[in-house]
Amino acid sequence: MEYKLTFDQYQQGLEQEEFSGLQCNACNTLTFPPLGVCRNCGGADLKVTRISGNGTLRTFTVIRVAPEGMKPPYVVAMVELEEGAWVTGNLVGIDPDEADMSLIEKKVKLGSQVVKGDTYSAGDSRVVTFSLIE
Amino acid sequence: MRQVAILGVGMTKFGISEKTNLEMFAEAGLDAITQSNIEPKDIEALYFGNCLGGFEEGQLHMAPFAHSELGLPVAAPATRFEAACATATVATRHAALLVGAGVYDVVLAGGTERATTMGTPLATRTFAMASQAQYECPAGITFPGVFAMAAHMYANKYGIPLKELKRHMAGVAVKNHYHGSMNPKAHFQKEIDVETVLGGMMVADPLQLFDCCPFSDGAAAVVVAEAGRAKDLVKKPIYFAGMGQASAGPLNLQQDLTRIRAREASISQAYSESGLGPDDIDVVELHDCFTIAEILALESFRFYDFGKAYDAATRGETALKGKIVINPSGGLKSKGHPIGATGAAQLTEIVEQLRGESGPRQVEGARVGLVDTLGGDFGTVCNIILRS
Ligand SMILES: [Zn+2]
Repeated sequence: MEYKLTFDQYQQGLEQEEFSGLQCNACNTLTFPPLGVCRNCGGADLKVTRISGNGTLRTFTVIRVAPEGMKPPYVVAMVELEEGAWVTGNLVGIDPDEADMSLIEKKVKLGSQVVKGDTYSAGDSRVVTFSLIE
Repeated sequence: MRQVAILGVGMTKFGISEKTNLEMFAEAGLDAITQSNIEPKDIEALYFGNCLGGFEEGQLHMAPFAHSELGLPVAAPATRFEAACATATVATRHAALLVGAGVYDVVLAGGTERATTMGTPLATRTFAMASQAQYECPAGITFPGVFAMAAHMYANKYGIPLKELKRHMAGVAVKNHYHGSMNPKAHFQKEIDVETVLGGMMVADPLQLFDCCPFSDGAAAVVVAEAGRAKDLVKKPIYFAGMGQASAGPLNLQQDLTRIRAREASISQAYSESGLGPDDIDVVELHDCFTIAEILALESFRFYDFGKAYDAATRGETALKGKIVINPSGGLKSKGHPIGATGAAQLTEIVEQLRGESGPRQVEGARVGLVDTLGGDFGTVCNIILRS
């Protein structure tokens, strides 16, 4: 079986500010980021779809002790998309020292930014970012 | 399935060691073998845990070398397990499964880790490799960061002011350091107070330094054997009553980090296999890699309702002489967390507790104990219930 939406294809989408996911033809669930099968029913009858890029921030942290190669402080967050899937990424456009519990349940818009690859990863990649909607 | 028991256990002191991964494992393994009144030649298989040997010492494929250190027979296969922090528990569960199935009679299981050779930045990087490498790790998530997000979610979900939750999380650290102060093998053997925890450096908001377990070196091992053999060899074999193991994927699929899906599935298997429930457990070694982690685990095991375990430690309910004694060894927090060895060290503590050999930190009359080990960002959970 051919993998429907590879990391490479997903990454190319992010470069164009397009967020590609997988819509299940059986149960209609959106899988984002992509997997081999539908995250809900396990079905493999999937079509590539574009998501809105709107979501709600569900939780966050400010990383102050970072892995080798990363520059703290920065904010990692989890967002629930309008379409129901969740995604992990970086909250940008705010001072990490100002991050507090009031962020939770705020509306955000998805974007992406480049993360430099290191010795251990398979090269540069794009990671999803979140910006607060005023 | 045949009945299965643990004959003997061994662990090194946890902390910062000058010894190699193999040397530490040899010490722990030989102690477990000696305590079992058997010899290395009696071991039929080695289920060996190590996570990061490639980064710590430039050593992969460590299992056959550990096998030689112990003088095991060539015909006894040595297999490496890697399940992040749950590694040694998963290795031991598979040893017990194969002994139960009649494939082997005597298996050595355990693990070793020498995390401190890496230093904090590389250790933080390599631990983060246990998060999904394409879609989550590049955001710079760390282990403390994952549990920090769980803590924020917990405070929000149950409407607990963060400041109040943090004070109760600090209570978990204080309690586990108190237990660890009585454990001569613990990485940290000194008591701390709530002010120390709340004054620590911020690691990942809201987790401060003393909310986090340390990077540690150490090894631990257990001898798993068919119960009939066990009775002939040792005075107090400790029996496997039930086990569970479950898997969950990346954080984006787990979503509600206050409800550890893999743990709920795993403990349900263990309760069901053993015919036991939360009221039957006398002593617990659970995965307190961060203070919030202990709170979440107490709820997964149904010792407390969801949203209600956060003040258990400050109420004294989980300390020695409390309602349900949690982490009498000091837990990962105080005993230390050499990730590939941790599960076997938790088993070691429970075995000694059930034999009544734990000295000042003995849980009086303990007959049933639970081991809980969580790997990665909630991706693997393995539970083992033991009884005397
Ligand atoms: Zn589906």
